[in-house]
Amino acid sequence: MSRRIKIALALAALGLLHAAIALAGWLAPYGFAEQRREYPYAPPTKVHFTDRAGHFQLRPFVYAIEPDGEGSYREDRTRAFPLRLGVRGRLFGVDEPGVIFPLGTDSVGRDVFSRLLYGGRVSLLTGLAATLLSLALGVAFGVFAGYFGGWPDRLLMRGAELAMALPWLYLLLAVRAFLPLHITTLQAFALLIAIIGGIGWVRPARLVRGVVLSGRERGYVEAARGFGASHAYLIRRHILPMTFPVALTQATVLIPQYVLAEVALSFLGLGVSEPVPSWGNMLAEASQYHAIVSHAWMLAPGLALAPVLLGYLLLADALEER
Amino acid sequence: MKYIARRALHAVILMIAVSVLSFLFADLAPGDYFSEMRLDPRMSAGAVEGMRSGAGLDRPLPVRYIRWAASVAHGDLGWSLAYNGPVTPLVWPRMGATLLLTGTATLLAWLVALPLGVWAAARRGTWRDGAVSAFLALLLSVPDLLLAIVFLAFAVRTGRFPAGGMTSAEFPSLGAAARVGDMARHLALPAAALALGMLPVLARHVRAGMIEAMDSPFALSARAQGIPRFRLLFRHLLPAALNPLISLFGLSLGTLLSASLLVEVVMGWPGLGPLFLEAIMARDFALALAVAMLSTAFLAAGNLVADILLYRADPRIRLKA
Repeated sequence: MSRRIKIALALAALGLLHAAIALAGWLAPYGFAEQRREYPYAPPTKVHFTDRAGHFQLRPFVYAIEPDGEGSYREDRTRAFPLRLGVRGRLFGVDEPGVIFPLGTDSVGRDVFSRLLYGGRVSLLTGLAATLLSLALGVAFGVFAGYFGGWPDRLLMRGAELAMALPWLYLLLAVRAFLPLHITTLQAFALLIAIIGGIGWVRPARLVRGVVLSGRERGYVEAARGFGASHAYLIRRHILPMTFPVALTQATVLIPQYVLAEVALSFLGLGVSEPVPSWGNMLAEASQYHAIVSHAWMLAPGLALAPVLLGYLLLADALEER
Repeated sequence: MKYIARRALHAVILMIAVSVLSFLFADLAPGDYFSEMRLDPRMSAGAVEGMRSGAGLDRPLPVRYIRWAASVAHGDLGWSLAYNGPVTPLVWPRMGATLLLTGTATLLAWLVALPLGVWAAARRGTWRDGAVSAFLALLLSVPDLLLAIVFLAFAVRTGRFPAGGMTSAEFPSLGAAARVGDMARHLALPAAALALGMLPVLARHVRAGMIEAMDSPFALSARAQGIPRFRLLFRHLLPAALNPLISLFGLSLGTLLSASLLVEVVMGWPGLGPLFLEAIMARDFALALAVAMLSTAFLAAGNLVADILLYRADPRIRLKA
């Protein structure tokens, strides 16, 4: 496969995933906090195409489910609810009192599929925003250090070496823990972006600095300087554009890393907290003893991470190929 | 030797920098171990202040730092407020557990990654190489957290492996051989989860390094001299590809500790990770600092080992120094 095709494929797959998550409000059959306490830990709802007599139905349907008293559910074959498009302003659903849980429910009867889509918003948006922040900081500091050199450059690079030697998760936890623990969801979200992006800028800064160091000695830059161009002009016109390819490849590496950082923090209870879902706090519930024993569908957010990571990985690989 | 000494000095500077920064940062951060108590209506403000000064938290920052540094010099890592006991006996067994887990996982991962990477590189461009690459890419996109949870689920559902902990309840009464067996059974799944997380990164680098070595002129000349393929791969090409791999080993220690924290928390392995989490949630500064210092020491020691290996493996560094 040529490089162009690989990039196009990875971009298309990632675009689809991100679009699905951006459209959570429409794709998800229920709200993220909508509880149906009568259906705790319901397994994924089976969608049927043939009725009891074995006849094929053009419109798929689901049966009503009821607890069997042993922690599991059975279908009530006398009550069928056809799948309908455009119910309650959402893409699909069934009429009340029927229910449809494509990926089952959690302990308080919330639809895991809906929470997966809404949770993806938090996790992916944190990854994207933190990447933007850390690239902005990284390019700014990297250009500054590489272009002007001197003691700020040495200080910055020593600090970067220190920060890169430390385990990132320990660093994240330490920074997070010294900040207030009980905050609103929006504050937690902003805080996660600030911490993850604020800690992560050293790696892009080092790479950008390297590019700037070699770039400022280029003939055309020297020539422009000879003609009396100011620092501001040189940086804007010649130095900054050189850093864009590095910033782009770094973005494909950093986004998945930061999504994982959000997942890890929320998993450990230091990120976004209930009832707002994030893939991290959903996985925390899935790793509880009773959930892993008999409710495997709750691992869905972990599985959803895989295509996201794979997409960015393929994109990064394709971009690095020359 | 000057080279090693310089690297060792680096390690010491790293430890000092981490401790100073931790103190500065904890000082800037709002609240400490006692701030939750202030919300308790049954405690008077005076009593809380008394406890704070009893713990020495009301002294100025430089004084606290020097007192801490002096006690560390005596081998005492401080006093844990949450456990109400000295920190040192709390952290040492945890350090041992983390070393055991990460050491085993690293060994496992390298044992698989080296032959796999060499094998794939030797078959570059064939469908076998493609299959290995695809498998590694897939494995790379499975988050460590999911691996750990799935392995835990495997342990719980099959009952073949213990779910959590490092030893069984009857461990103290077992004989020496049975003790080793018991610990190995507890170690198997966490180490496997951690090793599987590391494997794809390592194997991809081994493959890339080998391919680079294979393309170099000396490889062509060695092949022309009729050196057998196996000997060529492992005796001539692998050492040439080893230099960046050893650096990678040093650099990946931070990632290893981070992944280990998640595995330890999920699988109940009594290592440094869960203790660190506990300490920072309780704002137990002395304990958190002790864990941070030990993990920094772990990193510094690992990097030093990598530097020494590099010194042994790469004559260019020996000549330069």
